[in-house]
Amino acid sequence: METETLIIGGGLMGAWTAFFLSGWGHPVTVLEKSRVGAQASGVNYGNLRIQGRHASEYPLSLRAQEVWERIESTLGTTCEVQATGHIYVAQTQEQMEKLERVTAEAGEFGHPVELRNRAETLRVWPWLAGEVIGTSHAPRDCTANPRLVTPAVARAAAAQGAVFLEGIEVTDVSAVGEGFEVVTCAGERLRARHLVNAAGAWANEIAAKFGERVPMFAAGPPQFVTEALPHFIGPSMQQVDGRVICRQVARGNVVVAGYPRGPSDTVGNRAPVPPHKTLDTMRRLARLVPALAGAHVIRVWSGIEGYVSDMLPVLGRSMTVPNLIHAFGFCGHGFQLSPGVGIVVSELIMDGATPTPIEAFGAGRFTEADWAGLTSHADEFDPDLKIV
Amino acid sequence: MAQASGRKRDLTAVAIVGAGPAGIAAAATLVAHGVRPVLIDEAEMPGGQVYRRPPDEIGHDMARLLGSEVAGFRRFHDSANRVVQSVDYRPSTLAWGVQDGALWTATPAGKAERLKFGALILATGATDRVLPAKGWTLPGVFALGGSQAILKGQGCLIGRRVAFCGSSPLLYLAALQHRRMGAEVVAVLDTTPFAAKVAALPNLTAAPGVLLRGLGLMARLRRWGIRIEHGVRLVEFVDDGHGGGVSAIRYRDAAGHPGEVACDAAALGYGLRPESQLAELAGCEFRYDPLFRQWFPVMDAGQRGAPGVYLAGDSSTIGGAEAAAVSGAIAAGSVLRDLGIRNVPDQTPLRRKLNRLLRFQAGLAQAFAWPSDVAGDIPDDVSVCRCEAVTAGELRAALSRPFGADELNRLKAQTRCGMGRCQGRYCELAAGEIAAAALGRDREAMGRLRGQAPVKPIPLSAATDGEA
Repeated sequence: METETLIIGGGLMGAWTAFFLSGWGHPVTVLEKSRVGAQASGVNYGNLRIQGRHASEYPLSLRAQEVWERIESTLGTTCEVQATGHIYVAQTQEQMEKLERVTAEAGEFGHPVELRNRAETLRVWPWLAGEVIGTSHAPRDCTANPRLVTPAVARAAAAQGAVFLEGIEVTDVSAVGEGFEVVTCAGERLRARHLVNAAGAWANEIAAKFGERVPMFAAGPPQFVTEALPHFIGPSMQQVDGRVICRQVARGNVVVAGYPRGPSDTVGNRAPVPPHKTLDTMRRLARLVPALAGAHVIRVWSGIEGYVSDMLPVLGRSMTVPNLIHAFGFCGHGFQLSPGVGIVVSELIMDGATPTPIEAFGAGRFTEADWAGLTSHADEFDPDLKIV
Repeated sequence: MAQASGRKRDLTAVAIVGAGPAGIAAAATLVAHGVRPVLIDEAEMPGGQVYRRPPDEIGHDMARLLGSEVAGFRRFHDSANRVVQSVDYRPSTLAWGVQDGALWTATPAGKAERLKFGALILATGATDRVLPAKGWTLPGVFALGGSQAILKGQGCLIGRRVAFCGSSPLLYLAALQHRRMGAEVVAVLDTTPFAAKVAALPNLTAAPGVLLRGLGLMARLRRWGIRIEHGVRLVEFVDDGHGGGVSAIRYRDAAGHPGEVACDAAALGYGLRPESQLAELAGCEFRYDPLFRQWFPVMDAGQRGAPGVYLAGDSSTIGGAEAAAVSGAIAAGSVLRDLGIRNVPDQTPLRRKLNRLLRFQAGLAQAFAWPSDVAGDIPDDVSVCRCEAVTAGELRAALSRPFGADELNRLKAQTRCGMGRCQGRYCELAAGEIAAAALGRDREAMGRLRGQAPVKPIPLSAATDGEA
C-alpha cells in the first residue's frame, strides 16, 4: 500500500495530525498498535492549561487553545470542554515568587493571569485551606474529557478520508528512496513519502531506527476520582509542586492527579497504581480542601506516558533523515497542546515550514547529562506518609 | 485452643481475607497446625453472606427463619467463635489492595494500614449476578442476595407481598424464608425452562442430599399454593406511579402468554459472581468459563493462584457454602505445605469431595441458567449501570459507532458504564452480554473489567492522621 503520509501512533498527536492533513485533502494513514486514544491520550487528567508552561511552549499552546475554543464546530461534539479556568496554589514564599514569574510570562504572551494573596484567594475560593499563601488564576484555561477526544478526532478525520488501521503494530521501518517503508505485524509493507513518529511512550523504538533515541522514560501518572458531591470547586486547581491537581466535573465527581508518577508496563500495556501513591495524594488533597476529607475514592487509574529528561516534548523534523517528523514525549502535559501539534506537523508536511516556533523541541538537543540524570521517580513517595 | 497457641509460629505471616465458610475453614486448619493467621473481615461478625447473623440484641429468631438448616448455622458459628479466639481476628476491616507481598486495609476507625504477608488466602466470597429488565431500578426491587442480607442480618422483610424472580436455587430458599417470617410470597418466576432442570439431573446427583432438599423446597412452596413458573421471560417491573416503587411484575410464561403478578417488593437474582478483584491485584491470571459465562482466577489443585496467594470459596469458583469450606481447608493445607510444615494430611479426599460438589454446581448452572440470550432484547431505555445511569441504548451506540468500543474496558471508557461506586460489580456481566449480542461476537471476546486498588471506595480521611 502506498500513501503520502504514514503516522505511527493513534493517540492525540497522530489523530489531530491526521485530522488537519485529511482536511486539506492530503492522503494519510494512521497505524495504531491497539485502539485510538488508548493510553496517555485517553486516560489523562483532561487539563487544557496554558498558564505555567515553559516559555517555548506558549505559542504552540495558544494556537491549540483556539482549536479547543471552537471544538464543537470543528468536531461536531463538545468533548465536555468546559471553561473552568485554572488556578495554581502556592504554599511557600518561594512558590509564590514562581507564580509571580508565571503571571508575568503569561502576560507577555497575551494570556491573562490574575495573582491573589491569601486573603483574596480565600475570599474567592473559601474551601481552600492549609498553608495557602496565594494563587494565580487563568480564566481562559479549560478542561475537557480525554476519554472522548481521540475517538471523536479520529471519527472526524476518517470522515475526511484519513485511514486508521487499529491493532496494527509496526515491526520495522526504514528510509527507502525519498520516503519510508513500514512493515506491520501482519507482514504488510506500507510506503509513504512522509513519516510521523507519534508513538508516545513507545516512540524511541521508531526514533532508534534512525539513530535518534532521546532520553525518555515511560511512567504512569496516578489518578483517581471521588464519588459525586454537590458542586463547589469551580476552577481546575493544582499545587505549584504538582502533588495535587484536581477539578470537579459537572456531574460532581472530583478528578484528581498528583506527582510523583507511578510505574508502567509498556509490554503488558498496564500501569497499576501503587496504593501508597494514591494515599499520598489523598492525604494532600484532604489537607488542601478539608471539605473533601469524607469523600470516597471510587476509582483509580493511570496510563502510559513518555517523559523526556528536560520535561519538554520532541517535536519537529528529524536531524538524520528527511521527511521524518517526530511528535512525542509530551511529559504529561500534551493534551492541551495536541491540536496545535496537529496543525504544526501538517504545516511541516504541506508547506515545509510552520510559523509556530518549535526549535526548542528538536531531537538533537540532548547531551550526556540528559541521559545520566534520567530517572522516572516511579518508586518515589511521600517520605512522611506514616503508614506501616 | 491452648494446645495450638502453645505451638504458634509466625504471627503475621499468613493473612486470610474473609470470615465466611471458606475463610473460617482455612483459619481452623491453620490453627490446628499451630499457625496463627491474621483474619480480616469486612463484617462485624463471622459468617460471610451465607451464615450472616443478626446482632444478638435484636433478638431475631434464626430457628424460625432457617428451619431445619439452623443446626448447620449454629455449627458454623460455634466453630467460628472458637477459631476467631485463636487467630488475630480483625472484624469491620476492609481489605482494599494487594501489592508486593502486602495487603492494604482500612481499620474499623477507617485508617489505611499495610499488612505484610508471606501467604495470603483470599476468601472474599461472591455477590449477586443480575440482568436488568425494564423497571429494575425501581424502589422495592432488590438483588436476591441483598434481600437475604436484610432478612438475616436485620430481621427485615423487603415487602409484604414479595415476588422472587430470575434464576437461582436461592430464589426458592429465599421465598421459603420470607414466607416463614411472615411475608406473602406471590410468585417465584424462574427464567430457566423446566426441561433444563431435568437435563441437569446427571450432574445434580453428585450431591443427592442437596438435590433432595431442593426438590422438597419446591414441593413445599407448591403445597402452600405459591405460583411457580419455569421458563418465563421478565418483561417489566411495573411502577405504581405514586412514588411507592414496584407494584407488579409483567412477564411472558413458557408458552409465550403474558402474565402479571401484583407485589410490593421483588428480589431479582441469577446466581453469583466472584469477588475476585484482590486476586487480580495479587497477580492471578483469569480464565473464561463458558458454562458460567464468567471469568474466574486460575488455580492449581491446591487452590494456589499466584506465588504466595491462595484462593478459597466462591471468590474463585462458584460452589456454595459446603464447597467453600472444603476449598478453604485445601488452601490452608497448601499454605502449610508451602511453609514447610510437616504432617499435613493428604488432601486427596478433600479434593475428591470438592470436585463432586463442583460437579453439582455445574448442574445448578445448567438448571438455573444465566439467560444470556435475553441480553440482546433488553430495551434501549433500560438502565444497565445504575451507578452512572448508563442505558442499554447508550452501550449499543458506543458499540456501533466508528472508533467505538469492542470490549468491556473500552465500553467503560466511552460510556461510563462500570465507573461508579460499585466499580462494575452490578453491570459488568450484563454489559458483557449486551456487547456480545450487539457485536455478534463471543462473550469471551468482550473480556473483563480490569481492577485497581482500592477495590471498594475508601474516604480521603483513610490517608490522614487523626480522627476519620
